[in-house]
Amino acid sequence: MKLQTIITALLLAGTSVTSQAQQLDITVTNITQGIHYTPIIIGAHNGDMSLFNTGTMASSQLQMMAEGGDISGLSTMLTTANADINENPAGGLLAPAMSTTTQLTTADGNMYLSLVAMMLPTNDGFIGLNSWKIPTEAGTYTVMLNAYDAGTEANDEIINGAGAPGLPGIPVAPSGNGGVGAMGVTMDEANSAIHIHRGNLGDDNLTGGKSDLDNTVHRWLNPVARVTIVVN
Amino acid sequence: MNIFIKKSMTVALLVSLGLLSACNDSDSSKMKDIVEPPPPPPVNYSYEVTITNLTHAQPMSPVAVVLHNDEQLWQLGMMSSVALENLAESGDNSMVLAQSMVLAGQSGADIIMPGMSETIIVTLTDTEPMMLSLATMLVNTNDAFSGVNALSLTNLMVGESISMTTSSYDAGTERNSEMMSTIPGPVAGGEGFNEMRDDVDFVAMHAGVVSVDDGLSTSVLTQAHRFDNPTLAVLITRTE
Repeated sequence: MKLQTIITALLLAGTSVTSQAQQLDITVTNITQGIHYTPIIIGAHNGDMSLFNTGTMASSQLQMMAEGGDISGLSTMLTTANADINENPAGGLLAPAMSTTTQLTTADGNMYLSLVAMMLPTNDGFIGLNSWKIPTEAGTYTVMLNAYDAGTEANDEIINGAGAPGLPGIPVAPSGNGGVGAMGVTMDEANSAIHIHRGNLGDDNLTGGKSDLDNTVHRWLNPVARVTIVVN
Repeated sequence: MNIFIKKSMTVALLVSLGLLSACNDSDSSKMKDIVEPPPPPPVNYSYEVTITNLTHAQPMSPVAVVLHNDEQLWQLGMMSSVALENLAESGDNSMVLAQSMVLAGQSGADIIMPGMSETIIVTLTDTEPMMLSLATMLVNTNDAFSGVNALSLTNLMVGESISMTTSSYDAGTERNSEMMSTIPGPVAGGEGFNEMRDDVDFVAMHAGVVSVDDGLSTSVLTQAHRFDNPTLAVLITRTE
């Protein structure tokens, strides 16, 4: 009985602390060997919004990010929700095995951390951290991220420069080994909700075949990103 | 990585220590002129490491388990050491175990076949090690390895355990051609270590093998050799 009272008191204390402003040092590491990230967007927000949810349809803002790396829509969405925002900490693409470190000061009530960036070369794959509860206790926390598929575009794996929402194709393969002349892996995206990405297929033909991706370079296994958060 | 720390024997230990010190107090006054203080017995720091191969058809080369206080067997985004390159391309762990950072090292007795486990005991005398690392090659690959990187042993008391699963890394030192001539494992019997580095030359997470069944026509591997993360289950128990 007494112990229960103490635990309840601690929980209540924790709840009141969570709403206070916090200073975070955030490091994002691309732990793949052959995938680039487009500009990253990080937001600390309240519990009323999220950048994405698995099993639900992507917003048009998320689609812009996942298909073309354009984070302006998500930035507006976060701004509207009075989130604390950090855009493009890597100053462009984050290459395989590279890290970027940035700071974020969160306002009262912005207790959740989210982070997304498109994966290149993919049709609509992205790394995602969804509404991670920012701990109230100072310390260093590590979170591993999986690759998601926005479900908005068929994974045809054709590199044609297309990055605008609704246009099929992959913008570019920054790490090289991108092929040409592929007939396309598929024209369907049977699951139009956000889901765990099944990975690139690729092939061993750089001038034809099904895919413009190289199956020995452009595949991955989860996890694909490591995020280290220092709560000061 | 999921880590669970199990506290089980701490209470029992505290009780036994308390009893011992009580006995010593009552005897010491009578004996002090006769008995010279004995030299302190050597203190062992001993860790029992059980490694389970979780893959379908990737034998693991003899595991190298090391205790160390600084440095790392590998760092994400950095070049592989020649020692790690040897382990990851050929399964030979001898150079890893011979590195100067290693305070105590132990090799597994043999290859760990898929679905099998091995328990390896590593002991350091008189110095409490700060970190444990281990590494093993997925031998039906060009240069894939799995392992534990600089796990902190601080606060791990005798009788406590840490369990986790590990993901696979690519040493980045050999292109993943999957050709028969380049894979040393039983499926191919090809070359192990080659000092030439013809890949990206940094360590990162492995993308998995493609195999001939999934579109790499020159691959000696089949669908059976594909793997996903995690590839090892590891249980570390401090026994002394």
